[in-house]
Amino acid sequence: MAGNEAIAEAAVQAGCRYYFGYPITPQNEIGEYLSWRLPEVGGIFLQAESEIAAIYMVFGAAGAGARAMTSSSSPGISLMQEGISYIAAAELPCVIVNMMRGGPGLGGIHPSQSDYFQATKGGGHGDYHMIVLAPSTGQEAVGLTMLAFDLADKYRNPVMILGDGNMGQMMEPIEFTSAKKHLAVKKDWALTGALGRTKNIIKTLYIDPVILEKRNLIIQQKLRKIVESEVRFESYMTEDADVVIAAYGTVARIAKTAIKVLREKGKKVGLLRPISLYPFPYQAFTDEAKKVRDFLVVEMSMGQMLEDVKLAVCDRSRIHFYSRLGGMVPSYEEIISQVEKITEEVR
Amino acid sequence: MSVRSKTLTSARTHYCPGCGHGIIHRIVADVIDELGIREKTVIVAPVGCAVFLYNYFDLDAYEAAHGRAPAIATGCKRVHPELVVFTYQGDGDLAAIGTAEAVHAAARGEKITTVFVNNAIYGMTAGQMAPTTLIGQKTTTTVEGRDPSKAGYPVRVCEMLATLEGAAYIARVSVSSPKNVAQARKAIRKAFDTQIKGLGYSLVEVLSQCPTNWHMTPLESVKWVDEKMTAYFPLGEFKVPKEA
Repeated sequence: MAGNEAIAEAAVQAGCRYYFGYPITPQNEIGEYLSWRLPEVGGIFLQAESEIAAIYMVFGAAGAGARAMTSSSSPGISLMQEGISYIAAAELPCVIVNMMRGGPGLGGIHPSQSDYFQATKGGGHGDYHMIVLAPSTGQEAVGLTMLAFDLADKYRNPVMILGDGNMGQMMEPIEFTSAKKHLAVKKDWALTGALGRTKNIIKTLYIDPVILEKRNLIIQQKLRKIVESEVRFESYMTEDADVVIAAYGTVARIAKTAIKVLREKGKKVGLLRPISLYPFPYQAFTDEAKKVRDFLVVEMSMGQMLEDVKLAVCDRSRIHFYSRLGGMVPSYEEIISQVEKITEEVR
Repeated sequence: MSVRSKTLTSARTHYCPGCGHGIIHRIVADVIDELGIREKTVIVAPVGCAVFLYNYFDLDAYEAAHGRAPAIATGCKRVHPELVVFTYQGDGDLAAIGTAEAVHAAARGEKITTVFVNNAIYGMTAGQMAPTTLIGQKTTTTVEGRDPSKAGYPVRVCEMLATLEGAAYIARVSVSSPKNVAQARKAIRKAFDTQIKGLGYSLVEVLSQCPTNWHMTPLESVKWVDEKMTAYFPLGEFKVPKEA
């Protein structure tokens, strides 16, 4: 099945029963799949009038205690930023899928990674972060989507699945193993009608700056816990590597092919692949920098993840950069030639 | 009637003297008491003067972003169809920044209720032109009076929404006199009944006075509602459920 459909089915199996979305290429299969699949399990699919409405329907459903999600692609995700800020402020759990396409503006419909800053650094107004998970394959997207709902509930924080048009469209075999146990969280803060209890209020306005600062510090404390506990990454053939490629998502998958070819040629090349983009695996890069002389950061954006790699590596190793933009996907041959340029310089 | 509604808390409101919000809060709370639905009702507060209404209503409450209340109410109602969910929105909230959300909630026949408070001005931001500001009305952004050649025309929300199939009950009332308050109470009761019966979207527009930003005394302001606002925004029912 297509990556988009795999994510949709994974959401259903994770207990998500409410989807609100607005069509945009290249992620339409998520909504299309859920439009018939959710009613099968007693859930609701609703096609909203805009991405703005969709994210606030998620706000309403999440605030009512349900597992809820939306999905979109870059321009639509930009429209949702106001709502994501409110969701983070109100500490509501939800999952947002962004199948990135080339920007800026209306851009194109081909794969891109140029929403990295928007996804990992906040995106909307105010101090907050989403947890951002970046699958590299359809199969991994299934696992991470299920994890996303658990993390959202655990931390009462929005979680983004950050993929790209390539991953969403690519057909590959997907296995759904026996349904995993989901995290069961008591949501005594949810709005269900104040029957036999004092009223619950979901709000984000705190006029008194003393109180608003305290609210901010509570959110920051939670984010620190997320940073301590939820870093995920993959090290691939890095043990003896002279050059380590840093890439995530689709680009990491292409980099693995390049590494196999390079290894056959006797080049010692590995991959450090962030799976959680927020929290970013800074420590893994810092540790790697103690061993490796050259990093090659490859992204489908103009040096966005590069900034985080630089923060971790500082000047312990040399950092090289290669990117394709606007919906162009780097081939494994391009990555090979970039690595060879580095190894030749070294010699 | 001097006894406080059970649905209201004992908190003192922040509303200005002569403001219509207090009366409208009381009417809505009384209707919720009458229907005996306090413990199964969720309110969605707007951005604007009524943003703090969750302090005054003893109900589970969302505070929405500006204009987004109908979308939030939709999400809640779809999860809990057994609850009564209503939005309380002003004219800037519903008829400007949140027009799309309001129109499409009505078009979907979303089984929610909206109490739409139209005072022809932005109250909380201190008196700018609203989408419902009357022609010639002076505001801080139309100091010479609203000129339609520059600032367009006031929006008649009830007439617009009444064209939609999904809208089941649409009415306009005012709270400018005891008689009008009684009418308003009846209309709001009908709107909640419409939701409880599952007949579709319901909205009651309440013409309300804002003495502070109109620069009038409370008495002058109720007279202005009766004479000026009602002339452009006629009172009455624009749509009633077929079944009822």
